[in-house]
Amino acid sequence: MNPLRKLLDSIEPKVRNNKFAHTVYDGLETFLFQPNTTTSVGTHIKDGMDLKRTMVHVVIALQLCYVLGTYNIGHQHYLALGMYSGLFEGFFLKLMYGLLQLLPIFVVVHLVGLGIEFFFAARKGHSIEEGFLVSGALIPLIMPPDIPLWMVGMATGFAVLIAKEAFGGTGMNILNIALVSRVFVFFAYPGEISGDICWVSYDYNIFHQIFGIEAHTLAFHGWDKLPAKVNEIMVDGFSGATPLALAASGGWEAVQSATLPNGDQQYSIANLLFGILPGSIGETSKVFVIAGAGLMIAAGIASWRIMLSFVLGAAFAGILMNVLHVTAFPDSAFIGVPWYHQFLIGSLLFAMAFMATDPVTAASTNQGKLIYGFMIGVLGMIIRVLNPAYPEGWMLAILFMNIFAPLIDYYVLKSNINRRLSRVA
Amino acid sequence: MSTETATAIQQKSEPLFSKKNQRLVSDPLNDNNPITVQVLGICSALAVTSQVVNAGIMALCVIFVTAFANLTISMLRNYIPNRIRMIVQLVVIATLVTLVSEVLKAAAYDVSKQLSVFVGLIITNCIIMGRLEAFAMANKPWPSFLDGIGNGIGYGIILIGVAFFRELFGAGSLMGIDFASQWPLFTNGIMVLPIASIFLIGIFIWIQRSFNPKLVDIS
Repeated sequence: MNPLRKLLDSIEPKVRNNKFAHTVYDGLETFLFQPNTTTSVGTHIKDGMDLKRTMVHVVIALQLCYVLGTYNIGHQHYLALGMYSGLFEGFFLKLMYGLLQLLPIFVVVHLVGLGIEFFFAARKGHSIEEGFLVSGALIPLIMPPDIPLWMVGMATGFAVLIAKEAFGGTGMNILNIALVSRVFVFFAYPGEISGDICWVSYDYNIFHQIFGIEAHTLAFHGWDKLPAKVNEIMVDGFSGATPLALAASGGWEAVQSATLPNGDQQYSIANLLFGILPGSIGETSKVFVIAGAGLMIAAGIASWRIMLSFVLGAAFAGILMNVLHVTAFPDSAFIGVPWYHQFLIGSLLFAMAFMATDPVTAASTNQGKLIYGFMIGVLGMIIRVLNPAYPEGWMLAILFMNIFAPLIDYYVLKSNINRRLSRVA
Repeated sequence: MSTETATAIQQKSEPLFSKKNQRLVSDPLNDNNPITVQVLGICSALAVTSQVVNAGIMALCVIFVTAFANLTISMLRNYIPNRIRMIVQLVVIATLVTLVSEVLKAAAYDVSKQLSVFVGLIITNCIIMGRLEAFAMANKPWPSFLDGIGNGIGYGIILIGVAFFRELFGAGSLMGIDFASQWPLFTNGIMVLPIASIFLIGIFIWIQRSFNPKLVDIS
């Protein structure tokens, strides 16, 4: 027999009487093995597709974003310093830098989130619900790379406590947990998550010092700058301004004309597609996000209806704005960005694939999903383009529509009932 | 009519601080708190809780108004025609609030400037009207007065509790004394916004219900 199984079986009698220990044991066991408890009466479910499998599919779909995000942190960092400006120069150094930046965030998110989850599961005497697997995988991806760890921990704690446990735990939340954690940082510490500075990782953390990455940089730039902040040795001419910020100030031309210190185009179409640009950790790469979305649709996890109507909504709003640009407001730059280019900047596709499709917070009827996705697309585009206070709109649009999802479902159901009633009468 | 007189005779024989009268003050502090249990007076709890001093003064104003409005209405209760009782109650409350507002302007002008319209808006505080309707219209002056004080204090402690956390984590100061605003932990932007009060009151309700089995709704 499997040694893991043997180990678990030997532990089981010891923890059987302790409520907290047994909750932890149960969570671990069902995580590792398919549970052998079966339904004896009532509904029989034949597929082994439980909550954990569903969630793990999403996590697998996110892996490409993680890999690219890790590398991109390092790449942008060394671009800012004027070192290794080729994409694959200093490959392992960049990977190492990104890993040491991302891993602490990942660990903190899971320690806080799973800690709260375990605590509440044990208190209520429930088995541990793996609702946090996806939230925990999403939260690091939507944070800026230089975010302080205590801030991530606090945001995660806030999201899990207020948005999830207060509403009754996994599957009961009204708002998307990952987005609540981001919205917390956004309103509580706006300096850390908006503007041009925060989207590139500049500061070295303790792990970078331990592994000698800081020493390497300082050797390159001269040891006389030893206690300096990296901001001070940043190369001239590098701007961390994101495509969104550029588009807001100068339209699509400004995005295209941004250059790196070595003269290369900073936001070429290829860079935008593959995500070699400053931004939140995991949302930059359009290609890998679409790959993840394809995987989720193929596995039947995420709703293609929401994704499709989301894209349609965004395109509709984008075309409308382009028309307005031509007819009414030729001076404002952002609404003149061609609608098909709106898909390449910002986190539109990431929000579409991983945020809007959260099955708990989205509308659950088929027509409801279409309305829900379309409204997010329209609202998000309006917030992104027309509202100068918020640089990107999807977070707020999705949270807003999360609130309305039950209402949409209610009216879809009601109209269906009325339609069928009229057939009878 | 006959039942009313019967209870009045019973009440007459009570000592000034009988168990029943003590409960009138102590109940609103926990089991029947106007904010966390009755969920009244939320608007001012959102608006004036960014600083402890302001919240404290607001609490004092409300204690004064509830206590004396209750007292006055209770004394007048047998002479108020039932049809126009609301308007009579409003006149009494408005008089007291104007009194408070003028005193505040004379004694603590800065604070009255910061509280701005919210002193005037005590008139619309549902706690006061609620206590007049629910208690003062049917009880003798002394218990009504105690009930007003109890509810005012119950409102005040929540207000000051919310303001404590909002000022500490939003502005990094307490009672106006700045001691932590250089640390980002204590300059949380959400705590400055009124939305923080909703979260904090929600958490207070959560904590209160998890410790007070009487409030748990088993239905």
